[in-house]
Amino acid sequence: MSAKTGRTAHGGRIDRSKPLNFTFDGKPLQGFAGDTLASALLANGQVLVGRSFKYHRPRGIFSAGAEEPNALVTIGDGRTREPNIQATMIDLREGLAAESQNRWPSLSFDLQSMNGLLAPWLSAGFYYKTFMGPTRKAWMFYEHFIRKAAGLGRASLDRDPRHHTIRNLFADVAVVGAGPAGLSAARSAAQAGARVVLLEQDSLIGGQLLSEPLNGTGAKWLSNIEAELRDLPSLSVTTRSTAFGLYDGNVLGIVTAPASGHNGPCFSILHAKQIIFATGAIERPLVFPDNDRPGVMLASAIRTYLNRFGVVPGHQAVIATCNNSAYRTAIELASAGVSVIISDERGASNVAVPAGIEILAGARITGLRGRLAIKEVVIETASQRRVVAADLVGVSGGWSPTVHLTSHLGIKPRYSEAVDGFIPGGFARGHHGAGAMLGSYRTCDAIAEGHKAGTAAAAACGYGKTVASFDLFDGAEELASARAIAVTGRGKSFIDLQNDVTTADLELAHREGYSAIEHLKRYTTLGMGTDQGKTSNFAAIAMMSGLRQTLIAATGTTTFRPPFTAVSIGALAGPAKDKHYKPIRRTPMDSWHNANGAAMIEVGLWMRPWFYRSSGGDVNAAYVEEMNTVRSSAGLMDISTLGKIDVQGPDAATFLDRIYANGFAKLPVGRARYGIMLRDDGIVFDDGTATRTSTNHYFVTTSTSKAADVMSRMEFLLDTAWPELRVSVTSVTDEWAAMSIAGPKSRDILSASFVNLNVSNEALPHMGFVEGSYEGRRLRIIRLSYSGERAYEIYVGASAGESLWRHLLANGKVVGLKPYGVEALGALRVEKGHIAGPEIDGRTTLDDLGLGRMIGKRKGFVGSVLRHRPAFADANRERLVGLICMEKDKRLRGGAILFGPGDAIEGHGLGRITSVTYSPALENYVGLSLLAGGMEAEGTEVIAVYPMKNEFVRARVVSPVFLDPAGERMHG
Amino acid sequence: VLRIECPCCGLRDHDEFRYGGDASIARPSHENEDIEAWYRYVFMRANPKGQHREYWQHVSGCRQWLVVERDTANHQISGTALVRKASS
Repeated sequence: MSAKTGRTAHGGRIDRSKPLNFTFDGKPLQGFAGDTLASALLANGQVLVGRSFKYHRPRGIFSAGAEEPNALVTIGDGRTREPNIQATMIDLREGLAAESQNRWPSLSFDLQSMNGLLAPWLSAGFYYKTFMGPTRKAWMFYEHFIRKAAGLGRASLDRDPRHHTIRNLFADVAVVGAGPAGLSAARSAAQAGARVVLLEQDSLIGGQLLSEPLNGTGAKWLSNIEAELRDLPSLSVTTRSTAFGLYDGNVLGIVTAPASGHNGPCFSILHAKQIIFATGAIERPLVFPDNDRPGVMLASAIRTYLNRFGVVPGHQAVIATCNNSAYRTAIELASAGVSVIISDERGASNVAVPAGIEILAGARITGLRGRLAIKEVVIETASQRRVVAADLVGVSGGWSPTVHLTSHLGIKPRYSEAVDGFIPGGFARGHHGAGAMLGSYRTCDAIAEGHKAGTAAAAACGYGKTVASFDLFDGAEELASARAIAVTGRGKSFIDLQNDVTTADLELAHREGYSAIEHLKRYTTLGMGTDQGKTSNFAAIAMMSGLRQTLIAATGTTTFRPPFTAVSIGALAGPAKDKHYKPIRRTPMDSWHNANGAAMIEVGLWMRPWFYRSSGGDVNAAYVEEMNTVRSSAGLMDISTLGKIDVQGPDAATFLDRIYANGFAKLPVGRARYGIMLRDDGIVFDDGTATRTSTNHYFVTTSTSKAADVMSRMEFLLDTAWPELRVSVTSVTDEWAAMSIAGPKSRDILSASFVNLNVSNEALPHMGFVEGSYEGRRLRIIRLSYSGERAYEIYVGASAGESLWRHLLANGKVVGLKPYGVEALGALRVEKGHIAGPEIDGRTTLDDLGLGRMIGKRKGFVGSVLRHRPAFADANRERLVGLICMEKDKRLRGGAILFGPGDAIEGHGLGRITSVTYSPALENYVGLSLLAGGMEAEGTEVIAVYPMKNEFVRARVVSPVFLDPAGERMHG
Repeated sequence: VLRIECPCCGLRDHDEFRYGGDASIARPSHENEDIEAWYRYVFMRANPKGQHREYWQHVSGCRQWLVVERDTANHQISGTALVRKASS
């Protein structure tokens, strides 16, 4: 009897009544519902599925799960194109378009496979050796070619149109893995009454039991427990969901594969009181020359394809093993009609096999023949060398417990002699393990451990009900702990299939001193692929232990970090993209601005008018026109974004006196004052105003950008430092619409707009305050100037903001009132030498900004002591000066670096320009700067250098107040 | 991923809170003019491994400043209290 390669006539967990069409490299193929892309490709005889990362070697499907190093494909096209998807982990669906990767011009004929001939040059440490030191610059030249030659798939550069979701999940008990241990744990915990979430990365629950023959004990046990789980209301089973990371606070990061192509993967944050890890084990490969050829597969994967998917991946098989588990693969392959030879590294095995399976004891594979597919296998024993025809090689080097997740919080796995593998080094509080991940490879042990963990976890959540364990059964032969030995010879022997790391690379790393396991990893890139070395890790550690002649326990393992499997960035971003990335704050007048030609600009979270298109065609024309309007008649500005804080209480005056550097205790009722706050370290924090509206009541404004920080700081000081002060602070930023009317005509417009209010200079002088009402809402007018003109800040209940805005514009039309934006606002304040965000940059002191005299010898306020740190007194500190452009047809730019005439143009220079504007009044560019020595340099010349545009401009150091130094325009 | 038990609002995600630094360091009185005392208060931190008393503010909730007892080695939170209650 000889088997036909491909799909069996019947059997498996696929639905043969539902055929699905898909394409691979454009070739139309067919599979069934229940297939993975990998099983469907194998069913179609597609043995070659990709090219390797570095050497472009032909590669096939190696595994049947999340450990797959080879079969990476690109799914979809255009905007949904997603590279580096494991063919073993994607469910087949109608119309799926898959493409092989890293090949040119085609998969079977790849020109760059001659990289294999350059192998000695592409050895471990290639990048370091080639591109460090004198040849470093060569990297610039070669990078493009190297990146093109060595790599995986390409992502789409277009926007991903799919919908991504992020959700928070909560559970008493989370169970990771739905094999026998996990199923048993979830059942017992849920029966005890706990809310349980069972997570499985596969599309079906069952774990290794899914690979058992459908008529066997394992499959029967699985359908029995599945039936019972369906009746447990407190259990939720989540398939296609990989727990990729374990985080503090008993949180698991989970990514769920989308059910359709319209959705992206879903990211879930699962908060569980208790977590049970039943993550199973991953089979290890064997290392021998050309062990990467298409047709070499993990022995357990062959069994999965045969029993679960009804696929015979070859008709002449060699099963190479060092343990008993692979014998089941051999026996089941033989009964499917495949001719099988077992090559067992051990001297003898104790497994009975049916007649017709030949066993070679003490045998190792020493070579493979065939390039795109296996043709012959060379097997050697002590006495003979056999060359056998074969198209399929199953390998089993034993098993490694899947300890990745439990290591994520920093508990290192520990080597267990009995298991011959790394097991969890311990569990954090609220964490449990069960089954193969502990090295318990017998199914009955896994079920019993799952039950124990499930009842313990439920009890820890307060569900102490006694629950009997589900039936035990013993499906697996005991796995012997024989160690596979790496075989080297002619041809490359691969340790890490994904990153093309060979035994020769390990030997080289050892010779060159990179033998510590963490060094080895970085020097050879071993385990640094998207598969994180799930199949290569142990072989590498074992081989390095041999080279170093130490024990595996002493060699140790590298650190496992999230994610366990690759997670697309889109899943982590979720819906937080474009305008959903952060909230948008809009002022009460926002819709007016948009309807009236405002170009809007983001300022923090806020949208603010930048300039109005009615003022000019572009920002530069518009802001100058808007400045002229303010200086000659009046302008109206939306300042609703200012932080507004209501401060009340008997000790409010004392409180403000402590938080502002300048004094507030003596501020009379009905008056406003400019105030500046420091941080504890003496650096300027923010500036704003405070208006005393009644004896114990202040209205405080802050800058737009520092509003939240100032509020939080006030609350901090009242809660922690001065709880004895009877003061209450409340943010009222959103409660008030605010606008500033500035210009010589501003008072005329106010008196026309508020006929019942006295806004005369006597009733409302500079820094004065009046209250009224507008459309039934409270109205506050504070006479403050930022632009240097006669100006008023007008506050009204937010709902009346737009109405008042229109009202003012209507009344001001006759004198030429126009709205102006933040560009003009910034320009007006630069002309006046007023500081703002670019100058209050978290590094400047009061003295740096020329405000030291305003404070004098005052004490007892925040920052009053550390503002006298010795370094702040350095005469050469960068301090505020004004600069005026000395060259016609040239301009100053913000960010330009300042140098003395004749100085070498290098380094940080003497300072920098912080703010610049064109001044219509001076008909020249002027700027504020922080310059070493400050006003000591008044009258001297500096060179403003702007390397981005290769500009060098001469400028003179002048007073930062360019216009109306006596302040006559804003008074009277 | 931390969750903090706010005495006012209950168990909430740490995204709702703002960290406020070491709560075991006493702030000098606002009248204290000793530059050394302020230097120690602003700049000197022990960075302990283990139990740590620290300030957190429930900015997206009740806005109260809390004292949180957190183990810096494993982020286990063993207690939270309102600062005003904790210090009185």
